[in-house]
Amino acid sequence: MSSAAISIRGLRVVRGAREVLHGIDLDVDAGMVTGLLGPSGSGKTTLMRCVVGAQVVAGGAVTVLDLPAGEPVLRERVGYQTQAPSVYADLSVLENLWYFAAILGVGRETIAEAISVVGLSGLERQLAGTLSGGELARLSLAAALLNAPDLLVLDEPTVGLDPVLRRDLWGTFHRLAERGATLLVSSHVMDEADRCDRLLLLRDGHLLASGTPEELRGRTGAADLDAAFLALVDEAGAGDA
Amino acid sequence: MRRTGATALRVLRQLRHDPRTVGLLLAVPCVLQVLVHELFDDRPRVFQSLGVPLLGLFPFVAMFIVTSITMLRERVSGTLERLLTTPLARFDLLAGYGLAFAVVAAAQATLVSLLSFGLLGLESGHSAASVVAMAIANAVLGMSLGLFASAFARTEFQAVQFMPAFVLPQILLCGLLVPREEMAGWLQAISAVLPLTYAYDALARLASDAPLGARFWFDVLVVVGVTVLALVLGAGTLRRRTP
Repeated sequence: MSSAAISIRGLRVVRGAREVLHGIDLDVDAGMVTGLLGPSGSGKTTLMRCVVGAQVVAGGAVTVLDLPAGEPVLRERVGYQTQAPSVYADLSVLENLWYFAAILGVGRETIAEAISVVGLSGLERQLAGTLSGGELARLSLAAALLNAPDLLVLDEPTVGLDPVLRRDLWGTFHRLAERGATLLVSSHVMDEADRCDRLLLLRDGHLLASGTPEELRGRTGAADLDAAFLALVDEAGAGDA
Repeated sequence: MRRTGATALRVLRQLRHDPRTVGLLLAVPCVLQVLVHELFDDRPRVFQSLGVPLLGLFPFVAMFIVTSITMLRERVSGTLERLLTTPLARFDLLAGYGLAFAVVAAAQATLVSLLSFGLLGLESGHSAASVVAMAIANAVLGMSLGLFASAFARTEFQAVQFMPAFVLPQILLCGLLVPREEMAGWLQAISAVLPLTYAYDALARLASDAPLGARFWFDVLVVVGVTVLALVLGAGTLRRRTP
């Protein structure tokens, strides 16, 4: 297998009358935690939907684990956590995970670990509908972890979580990467960028920059990534003019 | 097969967490049947002619509504999008729903049968078990039509309106209220293309003590055929890739 888990060339997506991704080229390295960063509305979710094969694309190629995105065999190897927690509110934590384990074709022994990884131990019998927003998001994440997929696509998994939990989850992401998984994690919070091995900066449907956090800081001479992002936006604006 | 079973179990578990819905599903048809019985208290022949068809049509209406709402919720909540990125086949999902609602329909029809045949003195020419079996077939028909209809609803308000839009005309024209032969020609023509007409005809034949005949089996064939057709069309509306 090549070292790129995801390879995207000339990707264009049109939603309604608007083009939301304008010819994206990027690679996501295997075995790394790659952060997909950008403001709300920059096209992060659309890009992730392309990777999991849920998005109709207008042009370009998306290759995932050396196969065209959306190939049936990839459904066993790619885990996807949508931005809105997609679990059943009228089932308990355990019942939700029983179902997703059965769908993914893995045994129930995987559930206890997934629950402890996302820190929901003790809430197994609680109805998902009565969980807090953060707990619900973690349940949704647990469902994506069950079959230990080769590629995890996580859409804003840490939004609304307290700092301790966020730190723990990023720790989990890196442990999964050490075991060989590739993670593509989106966030609109720049202070999470430093927790990633690689960064992809998206703005208005264009890829602004990519590289390690150090590279981006070095390239712009900025002290922190927020400033680096602004410098890159200005640079791109100057290029347009 | 495993995934079909898991889906059916999941749908039943969701229902179990909603005892009020289960109570309504089981109690409402019984109450309605008692109402019809009391309404025609001094005209027992009317109850005898309405009782069996009603028993077989309740599950159709109930499952149509329940399925269109549940499926819409799957679409809106994002669980459908998630399921379609997993190895779950669309057939597993549809068959799982069908299986779960067939179980509910069996419970519903059995309860109304016990009440109607046991306490209300309803009689049918053919066995109560065959009436229950037909009721289950109608429930699965209602489920598959509800599933198909849910693709055209964006909100739960719209989905609820599909009941009067899809179901009421079929009940009006199926022959239950006015025999089809007495309808105007154009109404008969419409009636002939509505699946509930055949479901009703089969139930009416089960109620009478005449032999079932070939027409009964043709009715059953139409009910099963339309169910399969609606499921195939419904599966077509479950798109893995959306704009």
